[in-house]
Amino acid sequence: MAVKDRIPVPELEPSERKKNFMEVSLGYTLELAHQEAQRCLQCKVPTCVSGCPVGIDIPGFIREIVRGNLKKSYEILKSYNYLPAICGRVCPQEVQCEGACVLNKIGKPINIGALERFVADFASQEGFDDEGGGFATFDSIPYILKIDPAKVSALRSKKVSVVGSGPAGLTVASELGKLGVKVHVYEALHEFGGVLVYGIPEFRLPKEIVKREVMQLETLGVELFKNIPIGYAIHPKELLERYDAVFVGVGAGTPKFMGIPGSELNGVYSANEFLTRVNLMKAYRFPEYDTPIKVGKRVVVVGGGNTAMDAARSALRLGAQVTVVYRRTEAEMPARRAEIHHAKEEGIEFLFLTNPVKYIGDESGKLVGVECIKMELGEPDESGRRKPVPVPNSNFVIEADIAIEAIGTESNRFLLSQFPDLKTNNYGYIVTNEYGQTSIPKVFAGGDIVTGSATVILAMGAGKKAAEGIVKLLTE
Amino acid sequence: MREIQKNIVISKNKLAKGTYEFWIENELIARNAKPGQFVIIRTSEKGERIPITVADTRDGVFRIVVKAVGKSTIELCMKDEKEQLFDVVGPLGKPSEIDYYGKVMVIGGGIGIAAIFPIAKALKNAGNVVTVILGAKTSSELILKNEFSFADKVVVCTDDGSEGIKGTVVDGMLKEFEMEKPNMIWSVGPAVMMKATSNIASEYNVPIWVSLNAIMVDGTGMCGGCRVLLRKEESGTLKEEIKYVCVDGPEFDGRYVDWDSFIRRLQQYKEEEKKALEKFLEKVGDISWL
Repeated sequence: MAVKDRIPVPELEPSERKKNFMEVSLGYTLELAHQEAQRCLQCKVPTCVSGCPVGIDIPGFIREIVRGNLKKSYEILKSYNYLPAICGRVCPQEVQCEGACVLNKIGKPINIGALERFVADFASQEGFDDEGGGFATFDSIPYILKIDPAKVSALRSKKVSVVGSGPAGLTVASELGKLGVKVHVYEALHEFGGVLVYGIPEFRLPKEIVKREVMQLETLGVELFKNIPIGYAIHPKELLERYDAVFVGVGAGTPKFMGIPGSELNGVYSANEFLTRVNLMKAYRFPEYDTPIKVGKRVVVVGGGNTAMDAARSALRLGAQVTVVYRRTEAEMPARRAEIHHAKEEGIEFLFLTNPVKYIGDESGKLVGVECIKMELGEPDESGRRKPVPVPNSNFVIEADIAIEAIGTESNRFLLSQFPDLKTNNYGYIVTNEYGQTSIPKVFAGGDIVTGSATVILAMGAGKKAAEGIVKLLTE
Repeated sequence: MREIQKNIVISKNKLAKGTYEFWIENELIARNAKPGQFVIIRTSEKGERIPITVADTRDGVFRIVVKAVGKSTIELCMKDEKEQLFDVVGPLGKPSEIDYYGKVMVIGGGIGIAAIFPIAKALKNAGNVVTVILGAKTSSELILKNEFSFADKVVVCTDDGSEGIKGTVVDGMLKEFEMEKPNMIWSVGPAVMMKATSNIASEYNVPIWVSLNAIMVDGTGMCGGCRVLLRKEESGTLKEEIKYVCVDGPEFDGRYVDWDSFIRRLQQYKEEEKKALEKFLEKVGDISWL
């Protein structure tokens, strides 16, 4: 059979979507999903699986789509990954499963992400989870987690607390919940999901979907507690006393600022603040919602990652004219290609090899411009990337009333300051072994608080590993 | 654990026009909050997150004092006994550095008086000689005065002279300084008041803790919206530093705070705040009874 072209996923038109926060990708219909699924070669030794950080049986769930057995397909997905509607939307599949698909050699890879999303959305529509207790009984789980099934019953009397409800914490909770462990998840914010609710905008990941998938955890007996800042409301010592193991998945949520003059001016935001106001607090619906946001006519976004793209596209939807400045070239941008493409389609301008040096304010302390300098790529640094160096006397000013810095985040020291025995590295991240075990044997960690800011699925992969480590500890 | 966080208003008292004291049931906050810390409250499903200082704790309940100045604080002040608050998170921020300093001056202006109450009490318990200076516009707006009887000295200042010294807390502060310079000062109130008291402390070279009432979103160091610029001269060179009020503070030495940018940042959403208030008042009508 000749390899047909990848079936495109329907999307909202740029002219329409740039005015609202509706999801850009409309997802496959049943028919389109079926067509795309048929392109899969069903490899005997599937390379795609090795590209997935949680090792989903990809040919398996696609095969069931082809067979028209979507319930079975969903069951396969969920046995590996409890958040398929989220992962199908936000994973950088091009460098993971799809990047490893054999079809890359002769054409476009299978659109695994869109198929995963389709199955998850379809399942929700059809209420698969609500039927007969959902999928809480997983005969294959001990096998997937490489646990002796005889030891599983011992886990039912164990209690584990999970600190932070981002992708890493939710994965640990679902993995352990499936095995019957009593899991308590503690979240400092008033919504569960971490970066899924405060960081990634509605137009990429509708918050209703996050809520739906997170609440699924309750069918596993997992208990979720919001508004509890561990370290302040409950001391880590108390957690260690009360639980058989503790998982720390608090992320790397502290924004970095460039530290250039004028950072304190009104109108200068960290991307975290801008996105938290927009996504978590729904400031784009002010005054229906109480949290305000400064919209601005001209917005400069600093950075080249996914966060920069999310901030830029959010600012555009609030009605601003948006320029992204990035100190390297387009080729070095860490953002997903699809997001850069979407941003361009929506009319966002890019200034490459450009770096801000100063924020300029008026007499009332409001931002009026961003002074930038042109850069050129110099010698490669230790990491092999060519280092941008400023071009002397190339300064120029971009008029702007809002500037958003999206230059990265660092370790969240909120909890760590109360947990002095936990060993951290020079960058303030927690040191663990391959199973996420920290310097305190009962304490495991994973996700951005171990690796520094990375991706949702890597955090989930780390969560999966840590769950395995916790099971080992609890069954030994 | 769900049981622990009830967030039910156990009691409510009107302290002055538009100013209310609430005792709220929350085991975790009651057990763990220390002087100087705050909570973040969301009053409704579509509400914003607002920081409010914890003014006291006792078995299973904590106290806050709220002045109705905008949409969210008015909505909060309209809560009645037995009602549940939507979201309450805390305690947050670093506790005050309570220690033995000798002679300590504690200054509170407006509802800042509620914030200094647990600090002054803890300082007294640590063996300090505590002089409390309380300021309000007028006598009827002076809150909690009687609760400071533990202090070694209480000086009251009112703008209109209806009680105590006629003038601001700055006048009271200077008068005390004429007699004896304290070793340490705490000053909590409106930003302009904290700035003025910090300037005097600076002149006399006395450390002064101020509790910054920055605009916050998460309150856990995640967004930097509450950031403040600190300026300090160290061995001849000027050191500028950005700090996050929610996790590095809320207390800082007022002598090093860049007050102008701090006060400007407080004004950031003035127009939006006005709009939100107008819309809310259309819904709830006259609130002059508050």
